[in-house]
Amino acid sequence: MAKMTYREAVRDAMREAMRADPLVFLMGEDVGKYGGAFAVSHGLLEEFGPQRIRDTPLSESTFVGAGIGAALGGMRPIVEIMTINFSLLALDQIVNNAATLRHMSGGQLGVPLVIRMATGGGRQLAAQHSHSLEGWYAHIPGIKVATPATVADARGLLLAALQEPDPVILFEHATLYSQEGESEDETPMQFGRAALRRPGKDVSLITYGGALGKTMNAATQLAEQGVEAEVIDLRSLRPLDTETIFASLAHTHRAVIIEEAWKSGGFAAEVSARIMEGAFDALDAPVARVCGAEVPMPYAQPLERAALPQPEDIVKAVQELI
Amino acid sequence: MSIHRTAAKSSNEREHALSLLRQMLLIRRFEEKAAELYSAGKIRGFLHLYIGEEAVAVGAMQALTPEDAVVATYREHGQALARGLPAGKIMAEMYGKANGCSRGRGGSMHLFDAGRRFFGGYAIVAGGLPVAVGLALADKMLERQAVTACFFGDGAVAEGEFHESLNLAALWRLPVLFLCENNLYAMGTALERSESQTDIHLKAQNYNIAAEAVDGMDVLAVEAATQRAVAQVRRGDGPYFLELRTYRYRAHSMSDPELYRSKEEVAQWRGRDPIALFDACLRGRDMLDDAAMKAIETDVANDVDWAVAEAEKGAWEPVADLERDVYAGAAAA
Ligand SMILES: Cc1ncc(C[n+]2csc(CCOP(=O)(O)OP(=O)(O)O)c2C)c(N)n1
Ligand SMILES: [Mg+2]
Repeated sequence: MAKMTYREAVRDAMREAMRADPLVFLMGEDVGKYGGAFAVSHGLLEEFGPQRIRDTPLSESTFVGAGIGAALGGMRPIVEIMTINFSLLALDQIVNNAATLRHMSGGQLGVPLVIRMATGGGRQLAAQHSHSLEGWYAHIPGIKVATPATVADARGLLLAALQEPDPVILFEHATLYSQEGESEDETPMQFGRAALRRPGKDVSLITYGGALGKTMNAATQLAEQGVEAEVIDLRSLRPLDTETIFASLAHTHRAVIIEEAWKSGGFAAEVSARIMEGAFDALDAPVARVCGAEVPMPYAQPLERAALPQPEDIVKAVQELI
Repeated sequence: MSIHRTAAKSSNEREHALSLLRQMLLIRRFEEKAAELYSAGKIRGFLHLYIGEEAVAVGAMQALTPEDAVVATYREHGQALARGLPAGKIMAEMYGKANGCSRGRGGSMHLFDAGRRFFGGYAIVAGGLPVAVGLALADKMLERQAVTACFFGDGAVAEGEFHESLNLAALWRLPVLFLCENNLYAMGTALERSESQTDIHLKAQNYNIAAEAVDGMDVLAVEAATQRAVAQVRRGDGPYFLELRTYRYRAHSMSDPELYRSKEEVAQWRGRDPIALFDACLRGRDMLDDAAMKAIETDVANDVDWAVAEAEKGAWEPVADLERDVYAGAAAA
């Protein structure tokens, strides 16, 4: 057990993986000399050299595709995309190739590729650097999607992702990088299991990624008002651990889903639908959602704050439910 | 044809020449049968025929070893056959049967054979190039001497992935052989209607890649150029680019009324048919006569018959297995 930042935990996991397995390497824009746009890979070039810490040209589609090809060729690549908005330039490779090759080849090929990228808002970077599109990726069979929300998960989920025989995308919320926490030195966790972050009996708050902190904050405020909220961190959007969600609803009978992404067609809608399908009888109230406002992310601080779910929004949603 | 300039006429040379002829003929007869089966409703979906371009796949494949990798497009029956995928597994795939080379998941556009390092047909134009670059990266990092041959059309040249991939392969000196099949059309768009520079190999030179244009109707010219290119790539000198000038005789796919080109133009290119040219060349060199040609035709016809029989007798994948092979092991919910 050691205290470190989320950024250091991701770096630590990459370092550990690269020390243990010569097939693991990292590539992406400015991961080497610059040390990573979020300083995640700082120092790795010095330890592992330019063959394994590869700075790529600005060409998202091709370096992601090259990651797919390298994985097919027997390597164990980690590809870093600076932010989720830039990943849209690589959608072709992710959706048309990484996600399809195993099935399209009748099971002959596999793509053991890990893609990491920063996601989310809250840093006043406006409408081309702040979005939360991980729900889009979770729509796609053939890839797995995880959203480490804690320092321990930043490390654990990355190490677990590197054990997966299929492509995994890790979404790292950009506001988390400087957060400190324990990096529990546990054995790699299994993919697709949600984490119970706070037990409670009155309502289930279901969230993931960057919204976990705000949800925990809201749960503390609710406790002061005598409402005991249970907080579930999904950790993985695909596969989705409905078992943990249903188990929680069996004793809380109420659910609020919180995410930064837009409400229309968002991942919260998927979770809500799964609850209707699988736990309708447990519900004492309609499922509620607290999501991002339906607007391209604005720059001005008060506007951006209003566009993102805040603890008070979560508290209010719970109060309306109970 | 370059064979006229060759002096030696050993039996090895004849054997090799007849094998090239046979491979080209197999592609042609296989596809003629496929077109027939498409009309009969046995093959569905998109079917893109390679007829007219056989010299490219057959010539280029001669330079590759089993350790090398191949990446192709949706128009890849020729590459698959020339790489040695059994015709029966390809035909079964086009039928959608479970004994097809992709278990009926791919169809005509997505033929795969991991064992032969045939990494598939990619139906997103230019989508295979980044994958080829990555395969070559793995070979380089693992210090294997392999080359990745990447086939794509003239249409791919307009896509961003083409430019990104050439740049990265050249920058990292990766062992990729780029094979641009310039058949002058991307569906109905003639090259000069989509490119400001129609000499495609010049684009590659701008990325500091050794590049040349080759007569893609001359199987020996393609073979010689590819041998040269592969030797250079294998030496570790980085990628090589061949622009293979060829022509597709058939429609883009089975539903194309061909409004964009004249019958005269097609007829003119048919006058340079790669199989007829090679046939005439071999006869001129006393390497082929009617009896030998008849033997090859019979042999090829047997292969095609066998392929159809394999496809006919293949079973359908049980619908219960619909979700297999989405992930390794058990499918995720
Ligand atoms: C990205 C993308 N855009 C459009 C298409 C539709 N399409 C399929 S084939 C084709 C033409 C490609 O031409 P070319 O690369 O020259 O290959 P050819 O068919 O001539 O072999 C087009 C536009 C596609 N498959 N992918
Ligand atoms: Mg073309």
